[in-house]
Amino acid sequence: MDKATSTIETQAKVNWRWRKIKDEMMMRVVQVGGAAVIGAIALIFIFLLSVVYPLFEEPEVHESARYELPSVTLGPSLILGVEEQAEIAFRVTKDGSVLFFDVTNGQSVINYKLPISDDDAVLSVRNVSEASRLLAANLKSGGLLFFTHEYDLEFTETERIIHPKVVYPFGQEVIALSESALTQFAVGENEESLTVFFQNQEGQLGLTGFEKVSSFINDDVVLEEIDNSFLNSSHEPVALLVDPEQQWAYVLDDRGTLALYDIRDVASPDLQEVIDVTNKSSKPTSIEWLIGGISVLVGDDSGVVSQWFKVRAVGDVPYTLKKIREFKVDSSAVNKMASEQLRKGVVAAAKSGKVNFFYTTSERDLMTISATEGEVQHIAIAPRSDILLIEDSLGQISSWGLDNHHPESSASGLWGKVWYEDYQKPDYIWQSSSASSDFEPKYSLIPLTFGTIKAAFYAMLFAMPLAICGAIFTAYFMRPKMRTLVKPSIEIMEALPTVILGFLAGLWLAPYIEQHLPGVVFVLIFVPLGIILAALIWWRLPFEIKSKIPEGWEAAILALPIISIVMLCMSASTAVEAALFEGNIRIWMSESLGIGFDQRNALIIGIAMGFAVIPTIFSIAEDAIFSVPKHLTSGSLALGATPWQTLVRVVLPSASPGIFSAVMIGFGRAVGETMIVLMATGNTPVMDFGIFEGMRTLSANVAVELPESEVDSTHYRILFLAAFVLFMFTFFFNTIAEIVRQRLRRKYATL
Amino acid sequence: MTDNKKIGFFQSGTPWVWLNAGAVSISMIMVIGLLVLIAVRGLGHFWPKAIWQIEYAENGGITKLIGERAKTESVSARQLREAGVKHNFEEEFVERTLLKIGNRDVYGFDFRLTLSPLENSASLPQDLIVLERTEWGNFYGELVAIEENGVSVQTSMEDLWDELSPRVKRVDELRDRISKIEKSEIGAINFKMEKLRLQTRAMELAGRDEADEKAGMATKKAALDEDYEALKSRLDVLYAEIRRDAVTLHVMTGEEVSINLSKVVKATRPNAMSTLTKVGHYFGNLIDFVSDDPREANTEGGIFPAIFGTVMMVLLMSIIVTPFGVIAAIYLREYAKQGFVTRLVRISVNNLAGVPSIVYGVFGLGFFVYVLGGNIDQLFYPEALPSPTFGSGGLMWASLTLALLTVPVVIVATEEGLARIPRSVREGSLALGATKAETLWRIVIPMASPAMMTGLILAVARAAGEVAPLMLVGAVKLAPSLPLDMNAPFLHLERKFMHLGFHIYDVGFQSPNVEAARPLVYATALILVAVIILLNLTAIYIRNHLREKYRTLEQ
Repeated sequence: MDKATSTIETQAKVNWRWRKIKDEMMMRVVQVGGAAVIGAIALIFIFLLSVVYPLFEEPEVHESARYELPSVTLGPSLILGVEEQAEIAFRVTKDGSVLFFDVTNGQSVINYKLPISDDDAVLSVRNVSEASRLLAANLKSGGLLFFTHEYDLEFTETERIIHPKVVYPFGQEVIALSESALTQFAVGENEESLTVFFQNQEGQLGLTGFEKVSSFINDDVVLEEIDNSFLNSSHEPVALLVDPEQQWAYVLDDRGTLALYDIRDVASPDLQEVIDVTNKSSKPTSIEWLIGGISVLVGDDSGVVSQWFKVRAVGDVPYTLKKIREFKVDSSAVNKMASEQLRKGVVAAAKSGKVNFFYTTSERDLMTISATEGEVQHIAIAPRSDILLIEDSLGQISSWGLDNHHPESSASGLWGKVWYEDYQKPDYIWQSSSASSDFEPKYSLIPLTFGTIKAAFYAMLFAMPLAICGAIFTAYFMRPKMRTLVKPSIEIMEALPTVILGFLAGLWLAPYIEQHLPGVVFVLIFVPLGIILAALIWWRLPFEIKSKIPEGWEAAILALPIISIVMLCMSASTAVEAALFEGNIRIWMSESLGIGFDQRNALIIGIAMGFAVIPTIFSIAEDAIFSVPKHLTSGSLALGATPWQTLVRVVLPSASPGIFSAVMIGFGRAVGETMIVLMATGNTPVMDFGIFEGMRTLSANVAVELPESEVDSTHYRILFLAAFVLFMFTFFFNTIAEIVRQRLRRKYATL
Repeated sequence: MTDNKKIGFFQSGTPWVWLNAGAVSISMIMVIGLLVLIAVRGLGHFWPKAIWQIEYAENGGITKLIGERAKTESVSARQLREAGVKHNFEEEFVERTLLKIGNRDVYGFDFRLTLSPLENSASLPQDLIVLERTEWGNFYGELVAIEENGVSVQTSMEDLWDELSPRVKRVDELRDRISKIEKSEIGAINFKMEKLRLQTRAMELAGRDEADEKAGMATKKAALDEDYEALKSRLDVLYAEIRRDAVTLHVMTGEEVSINLSKVVKATRPNAMSTLTKVGHYFGNLIDFVSDDPREANTEGGIFPAIFGTVMMVLLMSIIVTPFGVIAAIYLREYAKQGFVTRLVRISVNNLAGVPSIVYGVFGLGFFVYVLGGNIDQLFYPEALPSPTFGSGGLMWASLTLALLTVPVVIVATEEGLARIPRSVREGSLALGATKAETLWRIVIPMASPAMMTGLILAVARAAGEVAPLMLVGAVKLAPSLPLDMNAPFLHLERKFMHLGFHIYDVGFQSPNVEAARPLVYATALILVAVIILLNLTAIYIRNHLREKYRTLEQ
């Protein structure tokens, strides 16, 4: 072996090895890259799911601490509360001490004493307003003392220190209401005024209204009595309530009836209604506001909590109380309830020591814990609903950590009818936000889904006949020369940005159709008739003329007649409107037919979105019809069938799966289309299938609301759920269509 | 069917065939009609419009109106009576004109309606001029005087117009200089200042406290401040210069209104123009439209930043989507085992092209912006927090989202191209001893490149027109600065950007003065449609060409 050859051979070997390495590397790169792309696509699905999943997670609670009452010698608490950061809690005792302590271990932080004389005592304390942290102490001497618990924050280099304090917003004087101590009382308060509803030792129910007056000299606010009155009640009240706007007062008595008084005029309260709120077998034990001051929660001795609010009535009274829903807490009596401060959730304790969490709007019974061996005396939920404090009859406080982020969502809340506060009946409503903080969010996806389907339905109604008929003609009858023109045009139609279609639909088509409504109806009637008439004329024409233009150019011949018919219809529109509908068909429709008219309505959507869907359906259907094997049609024609017969009996049956899949894909596109519906509907989530009404679709809703929604809030996750529903829906329909198409292709291949 | 007279008309199926033909005809009429509508309205926007002077009978007297006829329609007299017009019309239908009278600062509104029977006379006086202004929209009137430094320029009335044009041109040049200083030079200083601030903040966060470093920063800041002052004094001079001239115009209500030329962008006398001049102005307007910044909450001026933003976003998207799409397609077609799983993946990829674009937007916002962007901010830009850098929508996230949206298009097109290459070509290469990689790289990919090109073009066309996802991940109404400028690192991926499609949505539906902005929206739509149709036609051409090529290869 000579040297040169061996060098060449080693060279070749090196080369070969290098080439092998390159081959290997390329394979790796392609495999990793390919897998990464496919992984990225799968990530969409996984990520959407991971955002949606917490909506349906069960809430969790764990006991974080249990300690003896701080300053236990002062006796049990009259009230228990937690501040916003959930680090410091307070309790008020009989002698007027306000004791602030650490939530985690019960160690005392600071103690205050209310300015009451030594022989006086506090009988009870009530929360007046969670937002302003106002409390009212009921004194033995027959008056009320108002105070708030406030917190100063101090930031040092490393930590944040909270300094609690007690403030007297209306001065340190006791507001005297009666000679002797009050047995029951309730306070309603807002920015301008304050109303006290009480029962004195004589059993009289008293009502006193105050106005908040700011002093001229400093910022002090004092309460000035405006008016007062007394009302009689034959039964022993169990509890009293006044709403924050001080328009309504409630009296729950020991028979289990709830009386509703109109107290807009404090001097003459007006009894509106007396209603039985418990079963005959049970007795009410407690009553509490649900946050917002609209719903009343009534707990009874059979362990049931029911939610009530007033609904507009038909009879002579304007309002009547209605039981909206109820929750079973336990088999023993309900003795304490507390409402969450920012949501419509409730915590209720039963005599057995069981504590139950439930959420009113979504009707979710979230969880039950066994909080104590004894009886629950007080419940306090931190404003952010992350900590729950429970004081029991054994003189202990237990602190519970809550992990309860999305109680508002439930299958029944998202997809069922819900009776929202201030509504007349259960309904499907989407209203995700409002200006006020104690607003009850309404997350029903039904109106949005309904709107989506409505929009897609009208779009398909417009698109299907045009696209499928067009596809039939193009694939089966049209001259190849014309076909090479038509197909790219339709493909371009598919590429048109939907924002342009939406803009034209909203700003040009909608006002145009509003002005020419009768014309649109004429077009629907006269264009098909005109086409048939044109066909008949062509049929009757002598052969010499017909032979000039070969078959397969009918579509081109028809262009002129169609344009002229449409123009005729539109120009006749105004005249017809003036002659038949008193010049304004919209008013005529709403007066004599009761049909409302929105300028941006389902008709506009049908046309605009139909326009967007036509090319999708057209090109797939056309492919399916065109690829029907030629020998099938030739055979049919050879046996003497007319082309139309061949089409109907041979071509369409074998191409029908392809047409079906075209329709599926078109439907999928219509369901997910965003810009057209965003721009050409009024975006109001109404549930009306009328062609002249607007709608709001899932996709438009996501586009409008997602940028404004708070990350990881329930609203955010529900919008993700809407997107996920859209994703799954279109994916499902497209997969079916794709499988049908592949089957069809295989079938043709074997023919 | 036509030559067989023995069968009846309906029996032959002819009417049904014609109905099908009608469907094609209607679809085609709709496409062409739509394109014509956009073209006519969009192109009409730039044509200098005649200014009418109308003697109008109202309130028992005669009012003089000056303005452009924006829209004319016929309304039934009865409808007008119901609307409260107290006039007995002889005709059943009346022409109603929407007259753009401009001068919003003088009258408080820029449109009014006129009815043709009440127009006593309508003329086109040659001396009416239109001033396009930087604020308050157009101004219409008769030129009365020109003032320089508050002193009126002595010329005859005939020469006033000739006196005006060079002054407008001068103001235009000054404005260009001012905007150059404000935008690029002061912009650069601001950019550096912000950088310095962030550096200081980063030092604080890191707990470093080095005197010399601080001193260095302080000197830098002082230098920047000095530069700024110098620029500011230059600007002040220019501002004084630009405010030198003012014009006084006679408006239709008879008042004389003085307007400082610094607010005037363009002055024209459309009634006095010959057709040729109008053509000249037409193209001038067109060029201004594509090269100017928007004015007046986007309802006037040009759309340059929107075009620029769209192009940048599409370019970035192409850079991301091409390699990944092609690699995925090669993997699926050449490397993956052709079995059930591959079929499943292929169907899924196909289907993704049909998933609503808003879903991609939701994913982009949730994953890219909040998860990825949020973490990037925590790791790399803690000094800028709490204001987000990558943690809010921007160019990069928009491009990535659209890349994800269009990757199925590229995959499908490339796969189709790979499938079309005959086996014989591949086998020939392998038989000659080439490795698989070599066959792919030297033979298959070059042959499939037109298919990849088609895929890319289709992806670009789709991305350029997609708006819904961009609303969530970074397109804005008005971006303060372009994503590409002279400040290092030149390409600012975190910046928000403007987009043609979003611009259409925003101006057409969110703007305070939709009526005034309408022609502009048509013009923007025209540009967007033109770009997309061009791209699609190219893709169709390449595809057809490709088919021909392989047909010959297969034989």
